[in-house]
This record gives sequence, structure tokens and C-alpha cells, in this order.
Amino acid sequence: MNLEAIKSEIEANVPGCRLQMVANPSPSGQHSLLLDAGHAVAVALYLRDAADLRFDFCSNVTGIDWPGKEGSQKIKVRKLVDGLEQEVEEVRTTTIPGYLEVVYHLYSVEKKHGPLVLRMRTEDRHAGTHLPSLTPVWRSAELQEREVFDLFGVFFDGHPDLRRLLMWPGFVDHPMLKDYIDPDDYEYEPTAHDAVLRRVNRHRSEAGDR
Amino acid sequence: MNIATVPTAPFDSEPIAEPSKEQLLEISMGPQHPSTHGVFRMKVVLDGERVVRLKPVFGYLHRNHEKIAESVTYLGSMPYTDRLDYMCSITNNWAYALAVEKLAGIEVPERAEYLRVISGELTRLQNHACLIGFLMQDMGSTGTPLMYAFREREKILDLFEALTGARMMCNYMRFGGCRVDLPAGWLDQAKKVVADFPRFLDEYERLLVSNEILMDRTQDVGVLSRELAVSAGISGPMARASGVDYDIRKVDRYSIYDRFTFRVPLGSHGDVYDRFMVRLLEMRESVGILQQAMRDIPQGPIVDPKMKIRGFRPKPGEAYGRIESPKGELGFYLIGDGSPNPYRYRVRPPSLINLTVLEDLCLGLNVADIVAILGSVDIVLGEVDR
Repeated sequence: MNLEAIKSEIEANVPGCRLQMVANPSPSGQHSLLLDAGHAVAVALYLRDAADLRFDFCSNVTGIDWPGKEGSQKIKVRKLVDGLEQEVEEVRTTTIPGYLEVVYHLYSVEKKHGPLVLRMRTEDRHAGTHLPSLTPVWRSAELQEREVFDLFGVFFDGHPDLRRLLMWPGFVDHPMLKDYIDPDDYEYEPTAHDAVLRRVNRHRSEAGDR
Repeated sequence: MNIATVPTAPFDSEPIAEPSKEQLLEISMGPQHPSTHGVFRMKVVLDGERVVRLKPVFGYLHRNHEKIAESVTYLGSMPYTDRLDYMCSITNNWAYALAVEKLAGIEVPERAEYLRVISGELTRLQNHACLIGFLMQDMGSTGTPLMYAFREREKILDLFEALTGARMMCNYMRFGGCRVDLPAGWLDQAKKVVADFPRFLDEYERLLVSNEILMDRTQDVGVLSRELAVSAGISGPMARASGVDYDIRKVDRYSIYDRFTFRVPLGSHGDVYDRFMVRLLEMRESVGILQQAMRDIPQGPIVDPKMKIRGFRPKPGEAYGRIESPKGELGFYLIGDGSPNPYRYRVRPPSLINLTVLEDLCLGLNVADIVAILGSVDIVLGEVDR
């Protein structure tokens, strides 16, 4: 089914939702729909229950980390230099804010079509990482949203049991973030070599023992 | 007693049973329990023998496979995929290769598709045979069914060794084809193994299908409804045992599965017995596919000649590729940014997602039934925890 048609159908039936097509340049041609967090559950319910869509099978849920980018641009500006107007190159830095993204791959068991790719984006990467949970719509998101919460730090509002899935309960960071630094608190192997040996030495000099 | 009286614990370290006058007993089943197929743990709250609450605890085999894959090249992840579901390394390779081929738009030569189907269906045969063996072992029939299954598996692993050089960690697929062609005489040997396989299935069926103890232990135990199976994303034989007519080989028609005639066995009750039966019947269909594939396999190249092995850099974009692995829907979701490494690499693990309903299946049953139910889900912890 055409994604453009699905998009206009949702817009006609879920009042107020803002959808955006996200193009995928790869040969797979799996384009996706970007949902706004406020209407995500309503859209999901519509996709699941509409008679011609029936996306009843939420196959895959995962997160993606898009860190903010420091972009620098060289721009030519006309300026007065030594009393003469000249064209001077100036470097301007721009910051593109980062965000976390959650992706859902939907299929229809009844109609045997799919995949439909849904995306949601958080406001930023650390503080405003709340998104609505789609577990009430598709039960299969239960463990997978827990995994996204665990590894990326996205809080799913409305999830029945949001706990870490793979890391242990006392763990603090989110290992799948691109800027994750693994903690220096594990037992080093006695015959460390290469990168591990460098870390052991750094660890020992910082800890002050030998 | 009412389940709702047991409070939900926010964290795992806290007890999930309230010590109360109702005399609930909380036990930790696993991670070293032999029937958990590895390092899987369940926190079970019991009222006498009855299960009133069950919380799976994951992560004992977590190594962040997805993060490792971001730090190596696309091809570098191929051997790692062997270690996901270590019973079925070839289908793992296949799913990953399929996702990369979708991402980069690579065509697979015809002979390679046949090689993939042959090796993939052999994997399904040995997985299902062993799963049934393990299930029987877990339920207390020590030895015989598992050893019968391992005898057959041994023959298939010998074929894998002759083909790929490794019995379990096969590392067989490449983007756009397969790594090596069939060695001399392999096809004849494989035809013999496949021709003998139905005899083993007959033997297995005579031994198990109408076995009174097996029927008592498994029928009407762990019933999964069709609606819950679809909503919870259950895939593979477990979904089909609940009557969900969804086989990705038929739905997506990936590779060359549209060329073979085979049926999709469906269950009607969704209990442990149906899950066992569906796998038994699927093996018969796999034998049929193998016979057709080995009859029709053409000559030709086994890898796309235009495919670059070194310096492989797919253009930016993303792709989700999935196959019907023996455990269920195994998918890989890849995002490329034009560099030699994937920007994001995600495994959709059927074993983990099939465990979503574990608590629903076990509630109200006895402790001994947990073992049978977990065995019938068919998990491998390498894939659950990644």
C-alpha cells in the first residue's frame, strides 16, 4: 500500500495529528512516517483497527541515537577591512540539536502487507526524552520498549512495567548512546593486552596503586 | 487468591511477593536451572504449587551485540550473527545478508539462492528435532528422545562441516551470495541424509505423538490465544500453533520460496502439544522443500560478481529485512551513513519477543508446567540477550 495514501487516510481520520514523510534513499524503498508524540497512540490505534489497514502485528521496535552536530560553514561576507570593502571568509558554527528516535515496524497478519515504518522523535537526548508508549496498542512492544528505555534512555509514558531489560537495575547510563563511555569499574583480566592493557595502566595510575 | 493483591515491584532487586498471611513463596528459577536452556531466570511467585506471578529476568548473556556491530564493518558482523542463535547460525547469516542486500540493492545469483534454501532448511530440520528432544528432556524423559534427535543432528552438522568448515558457527553467507560452493559429493550425501530423515520422523512420531504421559503433560497446558499471539508479536511455529496463518516464506516470498510447494501446518488449540506437533509437521514440509531444491539446483556463480567484498560502503539509507528462521521472525534493521560500518544495527530477536507472553501462559498452572511451556517457546539465550 502506498505510504502517501496511508498518510492522507490517517490525517482524514485522526483529527489534529501532524504526520511527516521521511524519505529513505536506499534501494529498499522503506519510507517512514514521523508521528507527533501527542497523537501517536491515536494514530497507532487507527492503524491497528482501520478495516483496510489492519496493522495488527508490531514486529520490531527500536531506538536510534542522533547526536547533535556542530556544523561549521564558511561564508563570504563583505566587510570593511582597512577602509576598503573586501570579501572576507568567515567561519560560522551552527549547532543542530540531537534527538533520540524510536522506530516501529508494522505488518498486517490479516491483510499480509507491510512493512509500515513509524518514527517518533524526542525533544533532545537527555532531559526531554519522554514519548508515549505503544504497548497498550501492541503488546509486542512491551519488552522491546523496555529495551529501548534500557539502552537509549527513552521514557515511555503509559508503559505498564518500564524497567531495564538487559542491564542490571542499579546501572545508570544508557549504553547504546553514541557518546557512551563505559565505566572503569570492572575487574581487569590478568593478562591484559593492547587496548585493554592501556586502560588497565590508566586505571592503575589514576587509582594510585603501582 | 486474587493476583491483583500481589504488588508490582518497580525494581528487580525488590521482592515481588509480599510476605503476607497468604503464604506466597517467591522462588528464583534460574539462571542456572538446567531447563532454562542457558542463563535465563524467572522470578516466580507460588501459592502452593500454583504460579500466581512470573517475571522473566534477562541480560545474563548480554554483550551488546548491536553496539559491537556499530564498531566493525558490515561484513565483520557476519561471524557475530552466528553467535546469536547458536543452534541456527546459517539462518542468522541469511537474515543479516538479506537486510544488507536490501540496504545496498544487491542481487543474489540463482545457485546461491538454492544453496541458501538448502542450508537454511537443513538448519530448520536440526533445530526442530533438537527442540523436541530438549522439550522431552525438560519434562523428564531423560535421554532417549534427545539422543535420537542428536543422532540426526550429527548427520546434518557433518554436512555443515563439509560445506562451511564449521559445525555450528558456519559463517556461510556473504552479501550477494554464499561463501563457498558445494564440495564434490556433498549433494549426494545430503540427498541421502534428507531421504533418511522421514524415517527418523516416523520413529519420533511413533514414540511421542500418542504417548500418554506427553499428552497429559502438554495438552491444554500453556494455551495461547490467536488474538494474544498476534498482538504480542509472536512469530514462527509458536504463532502457527495458535492458528495464526503467517509464514514469512509464504508472505514475503523472499529468496526463491515461491518456487517450492509446501504447506504451512497450523495448530488449533495453541497449547504446548500443538507447538510440539507444528514443529514435527514443519520438518516434513522442510524435507519436501529440500528434495525439490536439491533436484532443481542449477549451475552458476554463487556470489554476485559485481559485489565488492573489500571497501563495501552502502549508500546512506535504511532497510529492514526479515526471514522465517526456525524460531520465528528474525529481522535485521540497518541504517547506513555511507561509511564502512553500519550507523545502527538492530536484531529483531524472535526468542525474546516470543517470551513476552510467558507470564500469561504460566499463570494458574503448576511449577512443573513452566518447564514445559518454556521449552515449547524455543529460546536460545544468545539471541534473547544479545
